[in-house]
Amino acid sequence: MIAIGFEGSANKLGIGIIKDDEILSNVRHTYITPPGEGFLPRETAQHHREHILPILKKALSDAKLELKDVDVICYTKGPGMGAPLNVAALVARTVAQMFNKPIVAVNHCVGHIEMGRLITKSDNPIVLYVSGGNTQVIAYSQQRYRIFGETIDIAVGNCLDRFARLLNLSNDPSPGYNIEQLAKKGEKLATLPYVVKGMDVSFSGILSHAESQYEAWINEGYTKEDLCFTLQETVFAMLIEITERAMAHVGSKEVLIVGGVGCNERLQQMMGVMCEERGAKLYATDERFCIDNGVMIAVAGLLQFRADKCRGTPWTKTNVVQRFRTDDVYVSWRDD
Amino acid sequence: MTYTIPESTLIAQGAEARLYKGTYLGKSVLIKERFEKNYRHPTLDTRLTKERIKAEARALVKAKSAGVATPTIYLVDYNRRSIFMEYIENSTTLKAFIDEHISKKNDVKDLIENIASALGKVVAQLHAVCIVHGDLTTSNILLKDSDKLLTSQPSSDVSDQFIAIDFGLAKTESTSEDAAVDLYVLERSLSSAHAELPDLFKIIYRSYQKHFKNNSRLKEIIAKYEDVKARGRKRTMVG
Ligand SMILES: Nc1ncnc2c1ncn2[C@@H]1O[C@H](COP(=O)(O)OP(=O)(O)O)[C@@H](O)[C@H]1O
Ligand SMILES: [Mg+2]
Repeated sequence: MIAIGFEGSANKLGIGIIKDDEILSNVRHTYITPPGEGFLPRETAQHHREHILPILKKALSDAKLELKDVDVICYTKGPGMGAPLNVAALVARTVAQMFNKPIVAVNHCVGHIEMGRLITKSDNPIVLYVSGGNTQVIAYSQQRYRIFGETIDIAVGNCLDRFARLLNLSNDPSPGYNIEQLAKKGEKLATLPYVVKGMDVSFSGILSHAESQYEAWINEGYTKEDLCFTLQETVFAMLIEITERAMAHVGSKEVLIVGGVGCNERLQQMMGVMCEERGAKLYATDERFCIDNGVMIAVAGLLQFRADKCRGTPWTKTNVVQRFRTDDVYVSWRDD
Repeated sequence: MTYTIPESTLIAQGAEARLYKGTYLGKSVLIKERFEKNYRHPTLDTRLTKERIKAEARALVKAKSAGVATPTIYLVDYNRRSIFMEYIENSTTLKAFIDEHISKKNDVKDLIENIASALGKVVAQLHAVCIVHGDLTTSNILLKDSDKLLTSQPSSDVSDQFIAIDFGLAKTESTSEDAAVDLYVLERSLSSAHAELPDLFKIIYRSYQKHFKNNSRLKEIIAKYEDVKARGRKRTMVG
């Protein structure tokens, strides 16, 4: 069966095509803002409108297919920013109507998880989902992806992005990537708040502390490299800690990292060390798959479609929603 | 500090420590060693380990004097990153007990009522003296002689079999907001790890309120708890 996935919930616009478990194409275009600026809904939606048709054409030609060959259209229902979500949803609905194809509404977070499971062949891992808008520790139980821990304020990716803005770093290809490169050259660790509550974390205090200390740090001789290093060492340690706590609590021996921050090599390395210390196995993917993309939506959509006896989402429910929790989704396709 | 390091055997690796059983001054002890976490920067690791050993030792003592059963501390050794405490014989975690005797079992309504009420009472006793646990989960409650629970009468107070452990993230001088977050952490850990028992937290919360003696502080905590919950629901999730 052939599925196409449309993703545009944040600043990445992606379309991907799969044939069963095989990836036929994966095309993405990212809206990049000038240094010091974040992306806003209106401009992001504008970006998506400009690029969605060329991306669709490329995804089809990479896959050597036409839309009539596709069996099911999948799109991101949420969570995300309303206006950008709507651009991808509108095109998905239009295509579905034009070619008389079933359509499936997909939860973005579940897309990350299912894609990660497919690529890494991990069976039932604890999932650390880290991106610009989400920070969650997830485990599957009884037809739902249950959220064991999460951020109680801002997401880790948002913390990294805003820290990059404070340092006036480039957003190309992404603020997180540039922090990672600078951090590799950092040596001196400054002191940042470290806030863990059970399996939850908090990052907003770190950010406000960094904002108020920034000049003092520079005067004390800390370089931008040192500060990026400090930020990564601190926030990633918090993430590893809550992941480990969840593993101990449920007795799990597998971890899967998904989401845009998940391609950070230092985060993967730290997680690998933790896993080794407790005899567990780490699964991670590279930037093609952990950063938002269309394939993940196709993967989760196809699972849902098949489990649902190929019925698809009723037309009246093919809207978008800005808030849509991972544990709101009934996982009909797993039988464990 | 000099003492002979007792022979000991590794019994478990918890969320952040390795747990050994040994003998110290003729007593059976549990040695909780917060071993070096090689994934984190040594400076950060040293700082956190010190903070947590200190928090755990303090809270274990303070909780005990507030009437909550906790393992007695025998020795704190920062150099070995270890706390020596009373080994609780014949104990099981509440998590293991629920998984074995309650989940997917019939006729356990009274048992659920008893254990959830006991847990509510324990949390109330802690919060009443401004201790927040910081990691309230069913893995961090030990049950002593848990077999006796299976034959306990309906509506009996079984809290004397509950032993609170793992206070590394505790605060001993906490605010109402901290207490509210403590409750929220507990609620979420129950709804994720014990999803098959959706009423657990409701019973705990009812018992918590019943056993909380200071009414004005309780009201404050309840209001904060509602705030914390609402914040959780409102969080946007972009990207
Ligand atoms: N005093 C004790 N007596 C007996 N067993 C204990 C005691 N303290 C801890 N344990 C066992 O060790 C496990 C982990 O202990 P805990 O203090 O929760 O460490 P961690 O912070 O690593 O989770 C507990 O679940 C329990 O099985
Ligand atoms: Mg524990």
